[in-house]
Amino acid sequence: MLALETVVKEYPGGVAALRGVSVDIGDRDQVAVVGPSGSGKTTLLTILGTLERPSSGEVRVAGVDVGSASDRRLAGLRAHEIGFVFQSFHLQEWMTAVDNVATGMLYTGARSRDRREAARAALERVGLGHRLDHRPGQLSGGERQRVAIARALAKRPVIMLADEPTGNLDSKSGAEVVALLHDLASDGATLVLITHDPGIAATFERRIQMRDGEIVSDERR
Amino acid sequence: MTSLAAPSPAPPPRARSGLQPARLPPRELFGAALQGLRTRRLRAALSALGIAIGIGAMVAVVGVSASSQAQLLAEIDALGTNLLTVTPGTTFSGNNEILPSSSVPMVAGMHNVDSDVAVYQVSGATVLRTPYVPAQETGGIGVDAAGGNLPQVLGVSLAAGHFLDAVSARYPEVVLGAQAASVLQIETIGGHVEVYLGNTWFNVVGILKPVLLDSSLDSNAFISLPVAERLFHVQPNPSEIYLRANVNHVPAVAGLVAPTADPQNASGVDVSRPSDALEARAAAKGQFTTLLLGLGAVALLVGAIGIANIMVISVLERRGEIGLRRALGATRRHVSLQFLTESALLAALGSLVGLGLGAGATEIYSIAQKEPFVVPLYALVAAPASGLIIGALAGLYPAGKAARLSPTEALRV
Repeated sequence: MLALETVVKEYPGGVAALRGVSVDIGDRDQVAVVGPSGSGKTTLLTILGTLERPSSGEVRVAGVDVGSASDRRLAGLRAHEIGFVFQSFHLQEWMTAVDNVATGMLYTGARSRDRREAARAALERVGLGHRLDHRPGQLSGGERQRVAIARALAKRPVIMLADEPTGNLDSKSGAEVVALLHDLASDGATLVLITHDPGIAATFERRIQMRDGEIVSDERR
Repeated sequence: MTSLAAPSPAPPPRARSGLQPARLPPRELFGAALQGLRTRRLRAALSALGIAIGIGAMVAVVGVSASSQAQLLAEIDALGTNLLTVTPGTTFSGNNEILPSSSVPMVAGMHNVDSDVAVYQVSGATVLRTPYVPAQETGGIGVDAAGGNLPQVLGVSLAAGHFLDAVSARYPEVVLGAQAASVLQIETIGGHVEVYLGNTWFNVVGILKPVLLDSSLDSNAFISLPVAERLFHVQPNPSEIYLRANVNHVPAVAGLVAPTADPQNASGVDVSRPSDALEARAAAKGQFTTLLLGLGAVALLVGAIGIANIMVISVLERRGEIGLRRALGATRRHVSLQFLTESALLAALGSLVGLGLGAGATEIYSIAQKEPFVVPLYALVAAPASGLIIGALAGLYPAGKAARLSPTEALRV
């Protein structure tokens, strides 16, 4: 599902965030990526999510060669196949939970009514059926992250990418969110999650450790 | 897309790698843009103000001049456009032709001529306040002999007194045109006002208001034809015949009047329609002042720069939203279109407000001036349309900036 072959990513100014990373993540794998700050975890995730192209090396995401695909093609891939969950939620403050989730499907081309229906179902799935018309400001951190997860899953992506989804949460809500992600991904999606927390990493069957832009260990339970 | 409401997990979706990003329908684009504006209302209102003022100024200029024009046209309409003037023409050699004395009854007898009045020039006569004023200081006042129905035919009323009547046919009485009265500094006819006309004291019995249909009459003094014949030996050849034609047959009458007035020499008769000249003047008055329009355009330019400015700031502030949209599958084009739409919408709303302001200013002006309220139809279309275009132009740079933003950088905010 996700394949990287000697991927290098350099940012302007000569900073190499990834120095020749090769990794293969199979369909419905659940992978935790751990490592200290600056080790290249987030860069790896943005490359997997087709938000960035590699400086060199090959990237294949859901069968698409990211290096040669057009901006439109990659946007289509993100719209239909990839669900993102961010540390800082990135919810629109002025929108209700339903609208936030429905906006997540804006670029799939689904009709407004279908989007809202799917959004409602997704919010129920993450246990927020009673918070449909609340705005992010009226929700707790754990609830906000669950709205963001509902947004990522409502379009039924085949790949879910989570960048420190528990970073802004207390450990209890963090554990709940991770459990939810495991549960949702087991419905048929590949899950890649970045975390600092060894306890959370331990819940994954596969753990990739990074340091200084390289993979230093890749172990399976 | 299947619903997720089903309690049992749906069959796992496989990679749908042929899928392309959606073409965002205008309604969605519009909704996203409107939402962007709604969340920053005060700022949106302030930045649209420049456009509103510019459009308002231009609409007011156009509206005020259109109202003045409508007023003038209404006045012309009230005076009637069926007045024809018959005058002797000039010959090839530049000499004046002479209308035969028979022209007056001939014209009066024509079909579709409702009323008429003849005017005879009294040459050599001057109008003075006293005999002690040198005779050559005429003040430009000419003397005409005229029929008593001149005010009715020309649609003019009297500022004071009355026009020539039966008494005037026997005694030296004079009616002054508005300009003539002002030159002689005669404002009222109260008591006993006399002027020295020719070698005779004439009693001033009336003062005309300005004759809109033929302002050359304003500087004249009018006496009756019998008095003119007796005192000044005026020949009965009219210098002008004014006639009112039936409104439905004005062109026909105009075509026939020359051969009727002088069957022997029809080409020596000039026929004109004074309302034509007035209508041309009204059209000229409707041409708004270029200078004021230019000022409006400058305000628009400043407004456009303001909008571009605000949109650039907005793009910087909303990097998170832009990154998120890119992550959700927006193409660069989607992002730039969203900001372009937002900018165009902002300016269009500003120009609608401006249209209201301009129309309001025109309304106030027209009430104050007692003129009809007119805002030309094209302004109603042009104002919002130009707002859209200006906004789209102003949004080009910020929209491009938003599209070029790296999504990962944007998401780190």
